[in-house]
Formats: sequence, structure tokens, C-alpha cells
Amino acid sequence: MKATVLVRPKQGILDPQGQAVESSLRQLGFSVGGARIGRVVDLDVDAADVAAARAEVERMCEQLLANPLIESYEIELAEPQA
Amino acid sequence: MTSPQPRIGVVRFPGACDDRDALWALSALDAEALFVWHTDTELPDLDAVVLPGGFSYGDYLRCGAIARFAPAMEAVLEFASAGGLVLGICNGFQILCEAGLLPGVLRRNESLSFVCRDVPLVVERSDTPFTTRCEEGRVLTIPVKHGEGNWYVDDELYAELEARRQIVLRYREPVNGSLADVAGVVNERGNVMGLMPHPEHAVDPLLGSADGALILSSLVESARERALAAV
Repeated sequence: MKATVLVRPKQGILDPQGQAVESSLRQLGFSVGGARIGRVVDLDVDAADVAAARAEVERMCEQLLANPLIESYEIELAEPQA
Repeated sequence: MTSPQPRIGVVRFPGACDDRDALWALSALDAEALFVWHTDTELPDLDAVVLPGGFSYGDYLRCGAIARFAPAMEAVLEFASAGGLVLGICNGFQILCEAGLLPGVLRRNESLSFVCRDVPLVVERSDTPFTTRCEEGRVLTIPVKHGEGNWYVDDELYAELEARRQIVLRYREPVNGSLADVAGVVNERGNVMGLMPHPEHAVDPLLGSADGALILSSLVESARERALAAV
């Protein structure tokens, strides 16, 4: 099953990469009020159903993919093809 | 009879680059220093462990995030939980934070630039096994070289760390955006310390400073005391 994990810097956490990109975008003439940079992890998960896959990916996030001190994560699961 | 040399293990992860300097410096400061390979599941008989600087596992994902699951780290966790002395330098500090042995996280430098220069550090505590040879308030000059040294914890945890005096070293001036200019912290029990500056690169005046030897010889001395106590 295909899963996508979006890892983002938590709200209020300084994101110097995002700030640098924001200021570059402004220099290019774009009107942006903020840029935050995270990470995308695409996974192929071996699981019986969506619930099992979600539980498995959550464990991956807790153990490795995100650092809860500074990052939040979101899990998207692709509906399995019939 | 001369006092025995303490045995200090330096863990080599793939991508480490300061392991040899750490081994050399510890040997020069009268320790019997030996390498521990990252796939080793057990540590040899040691009086202290050093996690050296570098870019373990390419710093992929987050610095130290992969190394914390190395087989040798399981053994280091056990060693630390039994009260063993563990010092993490730079990447070693990042690994200890990821492993949960030390509080906080090392984020990308505020400037986004790699910083590589000698920096003045203020010693906040001289009663840890890693700083016995320094006086409180003393300023040490030790080089940093990192892209991710911007230490962070939330306000609540920071207040707790302050109350428990877990901040051991601070930059005298801002270096990387680190919260409260923290450069080195110790765990609550006092047997695990991490710092971003590199004491192993400052053990001889020829290298620009010998102040790093004060930290490493404190560790060697503390390890020697433990070795003697165990006899």
C-alpha cells in the first residue's frame, strides 16, 4: 500500500530554510507571507488493510521519520486499487 | 606503580571523521583509547565511551537519527544506564539527543551557513565528570565546525534544565542560533554529556589552543577514578 508522510516544522519553531526561501521569493517579486520547508517520505507499506498500514506508518514516524520536539507529521494513504 | 590507564572506547560510525583525532587526543592524555565498530553489539570492558564528530550515515533524515539505531548504540545505551561515562562531540551530541540520552535537538544553524572557527565558551559547571579540570566561569577557546548546532528545547524544559543545572557550556557570543547560547549539556544523572565544540581538535598549543585538553583530561581522570574504584 502506498503511503505518504509529510513532515513539517512545528508551528512556532524557527525554520531558517523557510525564511531564506521566503526572502528569495520576495526578491523575485512574489508576494508571500511565509514559507515553511518540510519533508516528504513516500513509502510502500506491506499491510493487510488501511488501518494496519496507518498504525505501522505512525510507528515509523514516532520512532524515526519525525522528531516530535520540532516536527509534526501527517500520513496520507492511497486507497488500494480494487 | 603508575596509576592504570582508563580504557575509553571511541565508536566509529560510517561517515565519522573525527574518530582518529579523538583516539589520538585521548591517548595523548594518558588513556588507553580503542575503537568500537558501529556493528558491535557489545562493548569491550570500558571506563568511558566517546561518540566522535562527523557525518554518521551521511546525516540522512536528521543528524544522528540513523546512528542512534546502530547496534553499538544499544550497547552504549546500556552502558549509560548503568552509570557509565559517555561524551558525545558534535555529531556524537546529535546522536545522544536523538537517542534520548540528552535533552533537546540540534537544528540547522540560524544563518544556514556551516560555521568553522575557534569560539570562546564559558564553563557553567566544574562539578561534572567532564569539567573537573575547569573552574566555573572560565572561558575556553575551542573550535566548532558544524552546520547543525542550533540547540533547542521548549521553554518549559529549558527552565527545568536550568533548575537542575544541566547546562555545562555556553558560547560567550551567538554562534549558531542555539537557545540561550547553549554549547554543551549533561543528563540529569550527570554521566552523559554532549557538546558541539571539538575538544579533540584543541589539545596542543600547536593547534591554536590546548583548552580542549581540559575537557578530555577531566574525562580521562574521571574514567581513571572509576577504573580504580572497580579494582
